[in-house]
Amino acid sequence: MTDFTKPRQPAGPSRRAVLAGGAALTASLFTPKGLRAQDFPTAAVNTTGLAVTDDTVTVGILHSVTGTMAISETGSVQAEKLAIEQINAQGGVLGRKIQFIQEDGASDWPTFAEKARKLLVNDKVASVMGCWTSASRKAVLPVFEQYNGMLYYPTQYEGLEQSPNVIYTGQEATQQIIAGLDWVSRDKGAETFYLIGSDYIWPRTSHKIARKHIENFLGKKVVGEEYYPLGHTQFNSVINKIKLKKPDVIYAIIVGGSNVAFFKQLKAAGIEMTEEKPIVLSISTSEDEILGVGGENANGMFFSAKYFQTLDNPINQKFVSDFKAMWGPESVVGEVTHNAYIGPWLWKLAVEKAGSFDIDKVRAASPGLELDTPAGMVRIHENHHLWSTTRVGRARDDGQFDVVFETADLVEPDPFPDGYQ
Amino acid sequence: MLIDRKSRFLTREEMIGFAILAVVIFLVLPLALDTFRLNLFGKYLTYAFVAVGLVLCWGAGGILSLGQGVFFGLGGYGMAMFLKLEASTPEATAIQSTPGIPDFMDWNQLTALPWWWEPFHSLAFTMIAVVIVPVAVAFIIGVAMFRRRVGGVYFAIITQALAAILTILIIGQQGFTGGLNGITDLRTLKGWDIRSDEAKEILYFVNGALLFACLFVAQYVRRSKLGRLLIAMRDQEDRVRFSGYDVASFKVFVFCLGAAFAGIGGAMFTLQVGFMSPTLVGIVPSIEMVIFAAVGGRLSIIGAVYGTLLVNWAKTTFSESFPELWLFGLGALFIAVVMAFPNGLAGLWSEQIMPRLRKRTGGGNGAPASPAPVAGLSEVRKAAAE
Amino acid sequence: MFADYSMGELTAIFAMQGFAGLILFSIFVLMALGLAIIFGQMGVINMAHGEFLILGAYVTYITSHVFQDVMPGLFSIYFFVAMILAFIASGALGMFVEWALIRHLYKRPLDTLLATWGLSLILQQAYRSIFGAREVGVTIPDWMMGSVYLTDMIEVPINGLFVMGLTVIIFAAVGALMFRSTWGRSMRAVVQNRTMAEGVGIDSEKIDRLTFGLGCGIAGVAGSAFTMIGSTGPTAGQQYIVDTFLVVVFGGAGSLLGLVASAFSISQAQSILEFFLSGSMAKVLTLLAVVGILMLRPQGLFTLKLRK
Repeated sequence: MTDFTKPRQPAGPSRRAVLAGGAALTASLFTPKGLRAQDFPTAAVNTTGLAVTDDTVTVGILHSVTGTMAISETGSVQAEKLAIEQINAQGGVLGRKIQFIQEDGASDWPTFAEKARKLLVNDKVASVMGCWTSASRKAVLPVFEQYNGMLYYPTQYEGLEQSPNVIYTGQEATQQIIAGLDWVSRDKGAETFYLIGSDYIWPRTSHKIARKHIENFLGKKVVGEEYYPLGHTQFNSVINKIKLKKPDVIYAIIVGGSNVAFFKQLKAAGIEMTEEKPIVLSISTSEDEILGVGGENANGMFFSAKYFQTLDNPINQKFVSDFKAMWGPESVVGEVTHNAYIGPWLWKLAVEKAGSFDIDKVRAASPGLELDTPAGMVRIHENHHLWSTTRVGRARDDGQFDVVFETADLVEPDPFPDGYQ
Repeated sequence: MLIDRKSRFLTREEMIGFAILAVVIFLVLPLALDTFRLNLFGKYLTYAFVAVGLVLCWGAGGILSLGQGVFFGLGGYGMAMFLKLEASTPEATAIQSTPGIPDFMDWNQLTALPWWWEPFHSLAFTMIAVVIVPVAVAFIIGVAMFRRRVGGVYFAIITQALAAILTILIIGQQGFTGGLNGITDLRTLKGWDIRSDEAKEILYFVNGALLFACLFVAQYVRRSKLGRLLIAMRDQEDRVRFSGYDVASFKVFVFCLGAAFAGIGGAMFTLQVGFMSPTLVGIVPSIEMVIFAAVGGRLSIIGAVYGTLLVNWAKTTFSESFPELWLFGLGALFIAVVMAFPNGLAGLWSEQIMPRLRKRTGGGNGAPASPAPVAGLSEVRKAAAE
Repeated sequence: MFADYSMGELTAIFAMQGFAGLILFSIFVLMALGLAIIFGQMGVINMAHGEFLILGAYVTYITSHVFQDVMPGLFSIYFFVAMILAFIASGALGMFVEWALIRHLYKRPLDTLLATWGLSLILQQAYRSIFGAREVGVTIPDWMMGSVYLTDMIEVPINGLFVMGLTVIIFAAVGALMFRSTWGRSMRAVVQNRTMAEGVGIDSEKIDRLTFGLGCGIAGVAGSAFTMIGSTGPTAGQQYIVDTFLVVVFGGAGSLLGLVASAFSISQAQSILEFFLSGSMAKVLTLLAVVGILMLRPQGLFTLKLRK
């Protein structure tokens, strides 16, 4: 799928063995285990009154399907439904079919908290796949901790958090940022950086980490740092400032509709990303966002993340084709969509290792689990984040990426990084 | 003596209305609902504070504020600041670079508590601030606007702009306010765990009692000379002015009263929901609160409570089963309440149900001209045609 | 911050920043013109204004696809067709809304506010059901992207120039329509004294409908033009609404001159502040200044003295 050639190891057992030191733990998608429900009596696998019967188990899906965040969260809902359908086709979890209850967070944080409480208290769901923004996660977090639920959270985020009731399937900030910055400074010889972001916690914290890394570890220079309100559509002033400062790298963490305005205005202002300089490096503009921006406007941009739709491995190819079969040939898969997809799989893996749906046992079983995902192998860390590969891709004019770099090893998640506070 | 005074404060029908509402809030709902649903209704009732204030300002006074979320937010944030400080003990925040300050400040590289957070260590100060701060803001806005005889649509748009500005300010100043996330993870009030089921039930009753206190204040204002003047001002402002009354002061007063109600509602929201977020401050919630009052009947304070409960209950129910359809429903509700039922639920009650009941019970029981919980239809029509 | 730059570079930057301010100004005028006409002439607050804008954007999206599929050779000029279609679509919807809703509410301006808010919710959900929750990407013909060099160092984005030109044309057309045509005279007559106007044979209902349709149609054209600079999604209209209302109120209702003055001062303030401060702070300071001035002068910068 990619026409870019680079040293890449096949995602085979040899590499896994090297990285993990033991292939026994590693599971792969799409290989049915054939567990039968009668081998796992309900009374034994569910001692805490969850919504588990002899042949079904109920989980919750909690995303915004209305309001401003519906733009972003739709893909996650689609991916989670696909994963659940595939798991059911293989016989379900501990021989039980997954049923889901979908709730709408309506892009409103109190609504998220309300619906989370409903899912946990009224519906007794065995786990919840959900949330997108940090704000919605922060809103539901106390609910999950109070009622001891389990949330699989798909978005790459700012870190500074480690809850026993959340599995973070997206990368935390250092994982996503540092490898990309190292690459751009080493391979591209970048010396000066201009940081620009939407005004909320994720871009601010991420830029804080980026700035520390650029100044203290790379010894390079940050020439500007700017924040714009969410939904902002006028970037001409900042583009002029960028022209004045002539940075080597424009490091952009812009979310939502502002992306469209930013990239269109960047192009209109004559900043050609297909040239050598300046390099636009983003950690927020995946295939999903480019759909709205338009491939011709994002052409040449770099994106640092763990997943790209063009990744060339059999698991990813099956995932992408299944996704398109379920949700239409026009649909694309971005970073968060992929992370949402692996949530149900990681949960299944943990439940089957624990031999129980009980939250405490699932939690205890989670660390150390390994899974071959479309983005390569991931392993759950003690801190509930994932060891994962970080890659850098360059956008083509069709809205897809060519992968130009990937880390040799899995990057350790470090939500409370020393030296970056 | 006592009876005499009462009959002036509440007509017989109004008394029945209050009594039914009390039964619904203090008996029916707690008995019929589990703690989770009861807590939800408690949350809805916090919006009713705002709706009652809107009935006074808008229904009686003709002042439509599209920025009530500002006051709700100020009250809510005041309470949230207190609770957050209590949750941010040096022990609980030991992993931060600066222990003892709220977590979001630490994430934003603040190394000391801002001075204006300091007083919120005190519960007494907080309880006063929850009312006084919204009132002060309302006073400034009110004086500036009403002294210059700004009203109607202009007032609505300027208050709406204020709601937008406060939202942008809160989100932009996240080191001091928690930004888009809001102030989250609130746990205890003076050591009392507000997250437990028991606390939720107690808070529900406290909330209900406060709501009734506000309802009585509102009722008192409506029955007083001030209330009658308000209606006169709404219908013929100039005549009231020419009669020598200080129109602007009355308007400022009722606007401040609405702000105080909203502030109390906001504080109760924070206590019952456990966090405060800028999504409750902006334009959208402010306008939704107007629709609660409109559905209940813009002239009826009791109707406002029912309207709030009904719309929110519908929102929760329908958005659970048909999230996509819900927005169509809500939109249609806005239009229907304006086009077809300008008197809302209270109008249905007084125009449709009461007359029939009266007919059935023999009719004409000596209350020919008694104003029902709502004023008569003609009054609303007049109001609508201001 | 300017120490490292030569005089020439600084001049160029400030010139470009001046253009950025002018572009923002044009956007504000375009955004608010339709609303100002409806509010100023009819006293109606149309809270669904943002959704009429986005309707224009979606029409542009559809038109671009039709051109791509049916007549790719003419793709480079599809934008002009799209703008006309956007005007027609938004204008027609506006006239329908006036007929179905607004005309019943002329005596209750606050109620139109609620009804049109309800309408905006319905339209948002309709867009979501029809076009999906995700944003759609509108492909702009190549010649409209990129920038032109005025001198060696001063470059101006073409889409910005396009928006500026469009604003001038539409503004001139509206001015001519209002002050030079029979229809404009009738409209102003109805505003000043409806009964008298009806007395001399003006069909005031028809005038109302056309005025509302015109305001909405202009919103549609603006939405079409904004696909060049912003995003197109079901809720994208909301992000314009606050700015739009502030521009109209700050200018003072009913005055096109006021609209221009207010759009100019707000856009220049914001664009200058943005250059020296962070974008969020610039926005807050601008809004605060506007509200502060409105507190002192609530009737706006310019007002027409009207009888009650």
